Amino acid sequence: MEFLRPATWEEALAAKAEHPSAVPIAGGTDVMVEINFDQRRPTHLMDLNRIRELREWEVGDDTVRLGSSVPYSTVIDQLASELPGLALASHTVGSPQIRNRGSVGGNLGAASPAGDSHPALLAAGAEVEAESVRGTRFLPVEDFYTGVKRNALAEDELIKTVHIKRAEGPQQFSKVGTRNAMVIAVCAFGFALHPGSRTVRAGIGSAAPTPLRARAAEDFLGAALGDGGFWDSGRAIPPSLAREFAELCAGACNPIDDVRGSAAYRRRAVGVMARRTLGWTWESYRSTGNGRTTEGGAQCA
Amino acid sequence: MRVTFTVNGRRHEADDVWEGESLLYVLRERMGLPGSKNACEQGECGSCTVRLDGESVCSCLVAAGQAEGREVVTVEGLAAYAKERAGSAHTGGLAPVQQAFLDAGAVQCGFCTPGLLVAADELIERNPQPSDADIREALSGNLCRCTGYEKIMDAVRLAAARTGDGAPEVV
Amino acid sequence: MASATGPTGTSTRPNQGAGTRAGVGDSPLRPDGTLKVTGEFAYSSDMWHEDMLWGCTLRSPHAHAGIVSIDVSEALKQAGVHAVLTYDDLPAEMKNYGLEIQDTPVLAHGRVRHHGEPVALVAADHPETARRAAAKIRVEYEELPVVHDEASALGEGAPLLHPGRDDDHAPHVPHPNIVHRQPIVRGDVEAAAGRAEVIVTGEYEVGMQDQAFLGPESGLAVPAEDGGVDLYIATQWLHSDLRQIAPVLGLPEEKVRMTLSGVGGAFGGREDLSMQIHACLLALRTGKPVKIVYNRFESFFGHVHRHPATLWYEHGATRDGKLTHIRCRIVLDGGAYASASPAVVGNASSHAAGPYVVDDVEIEALALYTNNPPCGAMRGFGAVQACFAYEAQMDKLAAELDMDPVDFRQRNAMSRGSLMPTGQPVDSPAPVAELLRRVKAMPLPMEAQWESADGGADVRALPGGLSNTTHGEGVVRGVGYAVGIKNVCFSEGFDDYSTARVRLQVAGGEPVALVHTAMAEVGQGGITVQAQIARTELGVTQVTIHPADTQVGSAGSTSASRQTYMTGGAVKHVCELVREKVLQRGRELFGTHHPAWATAGLLLEGGKVVTDGGEVLASLADVLGEEAVEAEDEWRHRTTVPFDLETGQGFGHVQYSFAAHRAVVEVDTELGLVKVVELACAQDVGKAMNPQAVVGQIHGGTTQGLGLAVMEEIVVDPAAKVRNPSFTDYLIPTIADTPTIPVDVLELADEHAPYGLRGAGEAPTLSSTPAVMAAVRAATGRALPRVPVRPEHIVQV
Repeated sequence: MEFLRPATWEEALAAKAEHPSAVPIAGGTDVMVEINFDQRRPTHLMDLNRIRELREWEVGDDTVRLGSSVPYSTVIDQLASELPGLALASHTVGSPQIRNRGSVGGNLGAASPAGDSHPALLAAGAEVEAESVRGTRFLPVEDFYTGVKRNALAEDELIKTVHIKRAEGPQQFSKVGTRNAMVIAVCAFGFALHPGSRTVRAGIGSAAPTPLRARAAEDFLGAALGDGGFWDSGRAIPPSLAREFAELCAGACNPIDDVRGSAAYRRRAVGVMARRTLGWTWESYRSTGNGRTTEGGAQCA
Repeated sequence: MRVTFTVNGRRHEADDVWEGESLLYVLRERMGLPGSKNACEQGECGSCTVRLDGESVCSCLVAAGQAEGREVVTVEGLAAYAKERAGSAHTGGLAPVQQAFLDAGAVQCGFCTPGLLVAADELIERNPQPSDADIREALSGNLCRCTGYEKIMDAVRLAAARTGDGAPEVV
Repeated sequence: MASATGPTGTSTRPNQGAGTRAGVGDSPLRPDGTLKVTGEFAYSSDMWHEDMLWGCTLRSPHAHAGIVSIDVSEALKQAGVHAVLTYDDLPAEMKNYGLEIQDTPVLAHGRVRHHGEPVALVAADHPETARRAAAKIRVEYEELPVVHDEASALGEGAPLLHPGRDDDHAPHVPHPNIVHRQPIVRGDVEAAAGRAEVIVTGEYEVGMQDQAFLGPESGLAVPAEDGGVDLYIATQWLHSDLRQIAPVLGLPEEKVRMTLSGVGGAFGGREDLSMQIHACLLALRTGKPVKIVYNRFESFFGHVHRHPATLWYEHGATRDGKLTHIRCRIVLDGGAYASASPAVVGNASSHAAGPYVVDDVEIEALALYTNNPPCGAMRGFGAVQACFAYEAQMDKLAAELDMDPVDFRQRNAMSRGSLMPTGQPVDSPAPVAELLRRVKAMPLPMEAQWESADGGADVRALPGGLSNTTHGEGVVRGVGYAVGIKNVCFSEGFDDYSTARVRLQVAGGEPVALVHTAMAEVGQGGITVQAQIARTELGVTQVTIHPADTQVGSAGSTSASRQTYMTGGAVKHVCELVREKVLQRGRELFGTHHPAWATAGLLLEGGKVVTDGGEVLASLADVLGEEAVEAEDEWRHRTTVPFDLETGQGFGHVQYSFAAHRAVVEVDTELGLVKVVELACAQDVGKAMNPQAVVGQIHGGTTQGLGLAVMEEIVVDPAAKVRNPSFTDYLIPTIADTPTIPVDVLELADEHAPYGLRGAGEAPTLSSTPAVMAAVRAATGRALPRVPVRPEHIVQV
C-alpha cells in the first residue's frame, strides 16, 4: 500500500489519474473501518485532508457550495438555516467524534444506501461536482447513486464540491434506528417544501438499493397542494391527503430484510416518517408564512 | 513510511509505518502511548478518542499518515492540557475531569475511561455548564459496559461544577 | 438517589475495625483508579516486549464442515512470518480444553463445528504480515449439514456434535446432542393444577446476548529459559486457565506462570479460554514473545455468549391470587462446545419458579449441542432467561385475575424459610415483597419530560432521540415491574474456595498490610474491598494489593457474584489469623507489662493494639519490630450438594440474592421505538461493603438488562453463521439510551456470609429486562414474548 499526500487539488487529480485504484480518504470514517477489519487493501490511500478548498464552504444566492470534506459538525453549527434538512441529517450521523471527521463528500463517495445525508440532499436538491484531469462534471444527486455502494464517479474522478439548493421553506429529516444515538439507519426520510416553485421533494434512505426520491408522492402532493390553493391559504392539510402521500412514499420503497430491520417494517416506517415530516414542515410553513425556519421546529441542541 | 507529529506537546516520529496503520496503532504500538484504547476499531465506542488539532476524533479512524505534522492530545497529556488551558502554573496532579471520575466512582474496568475523559474535557471546555441532555449528547459516542453511565453523569456534573465554581481548575 | 438503610448485619467481632477509616462500609477510592484515569494502567492489550511477534488466528468460515486438507506452505514463505501452526503441531497428548468437559479443540482437527472456530495460527513481525500470511493458508472444507435448533439437534439421523461422549453427563442425557438435562419435580402438579382457577401458558424466547466487554481478548506470552512460559493475560480465573493450558503445552503447571494484566470488563465472557493457549504455543515454537489482540470482529467469535433460550411455561392460581403450580420447559442452545452449559442448566432449572412460593412444580431444563456459536457464562447465568419468562407469566396471571401486578407478586413472594423447587430452604432474609414495595414507592418521573417550555419537543428525550422521528406523536407511556432471584457462589457440590496470603510488617515506621490473592479484578472493585477488609481487620491505614498471579493459590472465578463473598471472606479469615499471630507476639513481648494482654477481645486499631475499652497496649510498630507476620489459607463457603438427577432435589446453592425493578418507558407506538425514561432498582445486598461500588454494580447490571430488552442480540442465521459481529450491528446501550437509575439499597444480613454480605453483581441484570418489557407491554398492549424486542414486533408488521 502506498500513502499519497497531495498538497493541492491539482496534485490530487493528477495522482488519481495516475493511480485510478487509489482510495481517497478524508474523515476516514468508512475507509479506515474497512482497513482495520481487513475488508479492503487498496494499492494507494490518498489523503485529502491537506487540500484546503475541500474544507471550505460558501453561501450563494441560490445554492450552498459545500466542499466535499467539510465535516458534519460544520454543517450543523454553521449551515442550519441555509440547509436545515442536511443539518438535521448531519446531527444523526454517528457520534460527535464521527461528525467532526465525516463529511457529505465522503457519504457520497461511499454511496451506502444507509448514508444519512442522501435523503436530505435529495429533498433539498443538489448537484455533485466531480472533477478529473479530463474536466468537470455536474451530476444531479439523483443520478449519482447507481447501486449498492456504487456511484457515478469515473475511476479518475474525485468529488470536489456539493452544490445544495438553499432552503426556501421548511425542511425535515427523520431516521429510524434501534438505538437513540450512534446508529446506522434502518431507514430514513428527508422532506422539503419548495414554496417558490410550489413543489415538494422527498428523499428516502436505506429502503432500496440506492437512496431515491419518492417522485409519485412528490407529484401527488405538489398537485394537491397547488390545486387546493394550500400554498396561498396556508390551511391545514387534511389527514386523508397526508395519508395518501405517506402511502405513496412507502410504495416508492424497494427494501430488503436484513439484520437491521425487515422490508415490511421499513415500508411502514417510511410511511410514518413521511406523514410526520409533512405535518411538521407544513405547520412550520403555516406559522411563519413563507418563513424559513432554522431546524424545522424541533428543538435539537 | 515515516510519520512525524506532535503528541502532548512533544514531537514524535515513527519509522517503517505500514500505510494502513491508524493513528491509534502508531500511538499505542510505536510511540509508547497505550492510554488510548482499542475497543472496536470502527468508530463505534469512542475508547480511542483523542484531540486532533483540538477536535475530538476517533484515532482508530485516522490514518497515521493523516496525522503528519499535526497536534495530538491523548489521555496521557490531558492533565497538562487542562492546566495550560486554565493558565495554571502548577505541575503534576490530575485534570478536573480525571479527579471527578475518581471521586464519583465513574471508573470500573476503566477501558472506556480514557476516551470518555478526553470527550468530557472537550465538552466542558466548549460548554462549561452543560445540562444533562448536553452531557448525554456529547458522550453518546463513548460506550461504557460497566457503569450504566450514572456515575459518569455524576462525574461530569462534578467536574463542571468544580471548574465553574472558580475552584482551581487543577486539583 | 442512592440511599442506604442502616446496616442490620452482625459481625463476629463487632468492635474490630469499627472506627477504621476507608474500611468496610466506606467508599474509598479505587487503588487502580489514578492509573486508569491517566492512561497508565496496563491492560492485556497494552503489553509490549522488545522483539515481540504478533499472533493471528485463522478461523472457519463454515459452521459445520470436514477439513479435507490444510496447506500452510505459501503462508510460511511470506517474509516476516516466524511460525504457522495447525492441529498437527500441538506438542502434547492433550489437544482439547474446556471448563468442565474438555471437548473444545485448541485447533480444529478434521472438522469444524461452528462459524469462527480456530483452525490455524500465525506468528509474524507485524499484525498485517500475520493477517496476510493467514489469508494464504489453504484449507479445503467439505460442508456438512448444520444442526441449528432443537428439531435439527434431536431429530432422527441428526448429526452428532460429539460422538462417543464419555463425560459425566453422557449417561443421563436422553440424546447425545443434549449436553445436560435437569428435571425438578416437587409435590403433585396434576392435583395442584386441578385446584387452579386460572391457568396461563406462554412460550418465550431470549436471543443470544454478548458480554461486549470493551477490552478485547488479548495477552502476551513470553518464553522462559527453563522451557516454560510467562503469560500476561486478562481472565476471570487464573488457576482455571492454568489447569487447561499446561496439559496442552505439555508443561507442568509450575512452568506456566500467569500474571493478571489489566482486564477491560468480563461479565462471564472471560471464564473460558480464548487466545491463552494460542499465544503460548506460538511463543514456545518461535522462542520469542508473542502478543495476540483480537479486534472487535474476532472478539465476537473469541468468547462464548449468553445461551439463547426457548421457554414454555404454565402457571396456575386460585381466584384469591395464590399460585397453585408451575410447569415449565427451558431449552438452552449451548452451541458447539459445552463450556459452562451444565451449570447454566442447573441454574435455569433451579431458578425457574422465581422468588415465589409454589409447592407443586414440574420443571425441565436442558442445553443442546448445535453448530451455533458456543454459549456459556454471562452475568445472570441461566437465571436471566428464566426471569424474563416467569415475570411475563406473573403479569399475565395478574391481568387474568384482575389484580395489581405488584400486589399479586407480593401475595406469592417468598420469605425467609420458604422452599425452593429443589426443596432447599431459603435460610436467610428474602425480602421479595419489601423490595417490590420500595421500588413501587419511589416517585414516578414527570410525564412528558420532552416538552419544552415553548411547547416544542426536545427530541433527545423522546423515542428515537436525535434521529428526530417523533415530536410526541404516537408516544405512550408504560410502567412495569419485575423481581428476580439469583444464586451466589458456585453450586451443586462444587469445591468452591479462595486463597489469601496476608503479610503485616512495618515500613517507614508505619504498619503496612500486603494482600496477595489470585482474584481477577475485572473492574468490579474487588481490590478496593480487599483493602477495606484488611484495614478493618488489622486496624491499619496502609494496604498494598499484590498483583494477582499464580504464585499464590486459586481465588476461584470472578463470577457468580462470588468474589466479595469468597476472596473477601478469605482475606477476612487470613487477616484474623494474622491478627491472632500479632497478638500472640505482643503477649510474648509485652504480656508482663500490662494485665490486659491476658484478656480476650483485644483489638487492632489505628496501628495499635488496644483493649475493647480503648486503652492502648502497644503500637504495631513495637510489636512487629523488624519482623513480618504472615498467614495464608484457603477459605470455603458452606457445602452444597448436586441436584438429584431425576427429582432435582438438593441443597444446591450457597446463597440467594434479590433485586426488583420498576421501569418507566415511552414507546412510539407507530414506529415501535422505545425510550426507557427511568429504571428504578431496589436490591438487598446484605451489607454494603463499599456503598459507591455496589451501587455501580447495580447500575451496570441494570443497563445490561435494558440492552437485552430492547437492542442486544447476536443474530445467527439458519446456516449457523453470525450475521452481526461488530459494534455497528451488535448494539449496546449508549449514554443516550440509558435512563436515570435510582437505587434503593437494603442491607439485611445473611448470617452465613462474611459481614452478612450478599453477592450483588448479577441480581440487577435479571429483573431489569422483564421490567422494561412489562412497561413496553403496558404501553402497547402487545404480548411481546421475545427479547430483544424489535420495532417490527411492536408495530406487528
